[in-house]
Amino acid sequence: MTNKLTVQDIIFTLEQYWADQGCMLMQAYDNEKGAGTMSPYTFLRAIGPEPWNVAYVEPSRRPADGRYGENPNRLYQHHQFQVLMKPSPDNIQELYLGSLKELGIDPLEHDIRFVEDNWENPSMGCAGVGWEVWLDGMEVTQFTYFQVVGELPMSPVAAEVTYGLERLAEYIQNVDSVYDLEWADGVLYGDIFQEPEYEHSKYAFEESNQDMLLQDFNDYEKEAKRLIKLGLVHPAYDYVLKCSHTFNLLDARGAVSVTERAGYLHRIRIMAKSIAKAFVEERRKRGFPLIHDEAVRQKTVEEYTEKAEKAKERAAKKAAKKAQKEDK
Amino acid sequence: MANTYLLEVGVEEMPAHVVTPSIKQLHQRVANYLKEQRITFDDIQEFATPRRMALLIHGLSDKQPDVDESVKGPAKKIAQDADGNWTKAAIGFTRGQGATVEDIEFKNVKGVEYVFVEKHIAGKNVAEVLQGLPTVITSMTFPTLMKWGYNNLQFIRPIRWLVSLLNQEVVPFKILDVEAGRETQGHRFLGHPVEIAKADDYEELLNNDFVIADQAKRKKLIKNQIEKIVNENDWQVDWDEDLLEEVNNLVEWPTAFAGSFDKKYLALPDAVLITSMKDNQRFFCVRDHDGKLLSHFISVRNGNTDYLDNVIKGNERVLVPRLEDAQFFYQEDQKLTIDEYVERLKKVSFHDKISSMYDKMQRVAVIANVLGKQLNLTDTELADLNRAAHIYKFDLTTQMVGEFAELQGIMGEIYAKLFGEKDDVATAIREHYMPISAEGELPQTKIGAILAIADKLDSIMSFFAVDMIPSGSNDPYALRRQAFGIVRIIADRGWHLPLLNIQTEIIPAFEAANIETNFDLNRNSAEVRTFFLDRIKQLFHGRKIRHDVIDAATDTRQDDVANILDAVQTIDEHKDDESFKEDIEALTRVLRIAKKDKRPVSELSVNPDLFENPSEAKMYTAVSELPEEGQQTVSEAFAALRTLAPVISEYFDENMIMDKNEDIRNNRLAQLSILANQTALIGNLDNLIVK
Repeated sequence: MTNKLTVQDIIFTLEQYWADQGCMLMQAYDNEKGAGTMSPYTFLRAIGPEPWNVAYVEPSRRPADGRYGENPNRLYQHHQFQVLMKPSPDNIQELYLGSLKELGIDPLEHDIRFVEDNWENPSMGCAGVGWEVWLDGMEVTQFTYFQVVGELPMSPVAAEVTYGLERLAEYIQNVDSVYDLEWADGVLYGDIFQEPEYEHSKYAFEESNQDMLLQDFNDYEKEAKRLIKLGLVHPAYDYVLKCSHTFNLLDARGAVSVTERAGYLHRIRIMAKSIAKAFVEERRKRGFPLIHDEAVRQKTVEEYTEKAEKAKERAAKKAAKKAQKEDK
Repeated sequence: MANTYLLEVGVEEMPAHVVTPSIKQLHQRVANYLKEQRITFDDIQEFATPRRMALLIHGLSDKQPDVDESVKGPAKKIAQDADGNWTKAAIGFTRGQGATVEDIEFKNVKGVEYVFVEKHIAGKNVAEVLQGLPTVITSMTFPTLMKWGYNNLQFIRPIRWLVSLLNQEVVPFKILDVEAGRETQGHRFLGHPVEIAKADDYEELLNNDFVIADQAKRKKLIKNQIEKIVNENDWQVDWDEDLLEEVNNLVEWPTAFAGSFDKKYLALPDAVLITSMKDNQRFFCVRDHDGKLLSHFISVRNGNTDYLDNVIKGNERVLVPRLEDAQFFYQEDQKLTIDEYVERLKKVSFHDKISSMYDKMQRVAVIANVLGKQLNLTDTELADLNRAAHIYKFDLTTQMVGEFAELQGIMGEIYAKLFGEKDDVATAIREHYMPISAEGELPQTKIGAILAIADKLDSIMSFFAVDMIPSGSNDPYALRRQAFGIVRIIADRGWHLPLLNIQTEIIPAFEAANIETNFDLNRNSAEVRTFFLDRIKQLFHGRKIRHDVIDAATDTRQDDVANILDAVQTIDEHKDDESFKEDIEALTRVLRIAKKDKRPVSELSVNPDLFENPSEAKMYTAVSELPEEGQQTVSEAFAALRTLAPVISEYFDENMIMDKNEDIRNNRLAQLSILANQTALIGNLDNLIVK
């Protein structure tokens, strides 16, 4: 670690490394979200039988974590470097450790540990098993084998590796405040982000229009539900992301009581769940094109079609029963 | 020949708390499997690290013992036709046993001749039996399970390698696509893949490759390393066995080291420093000889001493922002007042269906006051209790507890003192959470104990009132633990409180205090009573008291938990007395006849003018001389009742209870009912088994 990597060097290095491991490099998704997991490149693509290997940087907004640009470690928006590999490769831990070496972090010169930390995002119906990775006692990465996404059990299982870029960069550049990080040659993190951090915090905690946000949440929810019915998975999901961010803004403002909180999260979860299901169905209709082995692809499509037809039959029977009841 | 077998299951890092129970589980399952398979062995040695579970089994027998077995077939008359030819039934049977009709013998079973075949089953050799281990391994259970890749197997973490070595030979098997072999893995960073020539070499080879596989040896090493650091610096260390156990299961090659932080953070309360270091970073705290925390810590690295400075610096750096945050919260929290924090509790929900935390405190204050008066608290004590009950949850809205939830109550006490509350009030705030576990420590102060009871009682009554009653394993609010906590506190203090019927006192008290609830406390009150009685039973089952004694004392009209506890103990103490059987039989005779009297006992009286025999007057005097209810302890009452045994016998000898004359009959029944009602204070003596 003689020549300190800038933040953008770190991003380049990770991108190059994971691209070499077979990951596609995607771009950040253009909708506000609380974590890289919520990008459709993870949330949707983790679901279903198709293989998917991807890496991208995701700016992640957490309004309640804003500190007006004053706290050296807490941010309204931070950056995650997100890797998703499905199916999870057998050597995923070694691949991850390889990325640290690329960043100049030699495991023999540090103490690296995988400490149990199971991950859960109840509002999106997601749960996984894994670790936080400690680098000399500092958590720099979240490592998760997804087990359930959108309340659907995973098959195959995807492994997600999420680097906290600011944390990692602070360690690599040996600075104690995120604002002292060098983003690019001669430009500090603070030069770029201190002002927006202040303004977003001011907005989220003091100036947001609660009535508008409450109305927005309801409108977005309505739109999402309408789109789900139309089978328009991606636009529907965009509105779920908007709901989620709107809720986070309301929450930061203290406009949501503990009781209401559970209610909002439940509403988001219901939508996420039906979108997850609809996504698999739409991919099936397209014949799961990312399965490149033709025989496997056909077999998988058959399996899923059979399942889908059975589900349809069940739904029809249920509807008929209901109709009968109503006739009586 | 005595064989040695090595089994190693290599996994991605297991959670630290799972390592020890898992190796014990694997040990048990493998031992059971070998027993089932009739393979004997001398002993099983356990090895476990976060990345491996291994067993070294010594003295294994070569094979299962052979078995000679006589297998019974059809009866002779079915096996042979009239001409003595073998029937299809006989041929089929022998074929099924891998024999021929030539092998058939006849034996007499209860007078009937049957076909028998003598079978010799050669025992399988040990290697063949060991090939059955995959099912043993994959049937293990864990607190959390996961799948990986394309597999459907649920396990604690992905299985990455398997070693299966019988002496020098690999016993081949496969779990998913992992083939068992002789290659293990050394330390993740310092080590290499290691070929094991023979099973016995396992521990030493791993040791050469920076893995101490024996948990006990590893723990001892950590302890020694820490002690060395402590002695060199003239420190004392907070030995915490749970932390040591956790740390031990986070490393394969431990190296302890010391780090330090800025002395200015020592101004923080100890609890805050300890939480920041221990719970978040798994650091051991150190103290000087006066027991004062020092600005140093000890941690354990998973590796050797190379580049240790990097590791120390890194760990020191992680701690600073945590302490910085804590210091910020500590200063900020002191800028507000308790009243302001209490006000915020109006927005904190206790439970959606019940109320806010603020409203809960109002209810608890009333309950605490009812309890305090029952216990004859002084005016000062009542005032302190009242103050504590009105503020005791305030720390939930401080920033410190928001960040470090585990400090709830502890920060409450610290802040309360800083804000000028009396010590008794401050301590009660911390103690109201106690006991935190089934066997946890109880509150030390009287006010703390009453607040703890009131807080738990309110939770139980209100959850029951909104139909959220624990059932089976479903007890999300730990109401059983809370009720058990109340019973333990009362047992500890010997307090007399009419807890089982406390609703009747609390409801008017709520009304008097203008407390409104959106639920009806009377709803499910019978269930609350049963719930408490079940906890009392639990307490005594834990103390190995005879079941019938517990059943007798808890089938009671008592409301006072202490009296029920007393009744169990009283009966238990006297159950082996010489006259116990006689006395109980006399009293239960009264109970059985009194059951025939369906009139409410409160309306009954005995008229001496209707007496026909002297024994009736004797009985009348004896019963009316029994001390009044509430004027005696349970054990005194029990002793007094037992003295009536001869009087009762005489009474039954001389008097026909179900007399033809209705007035006389009712008069005698009334006498017995009144007496029976007295015995009900002890419990239902009819449940006792007297031999």
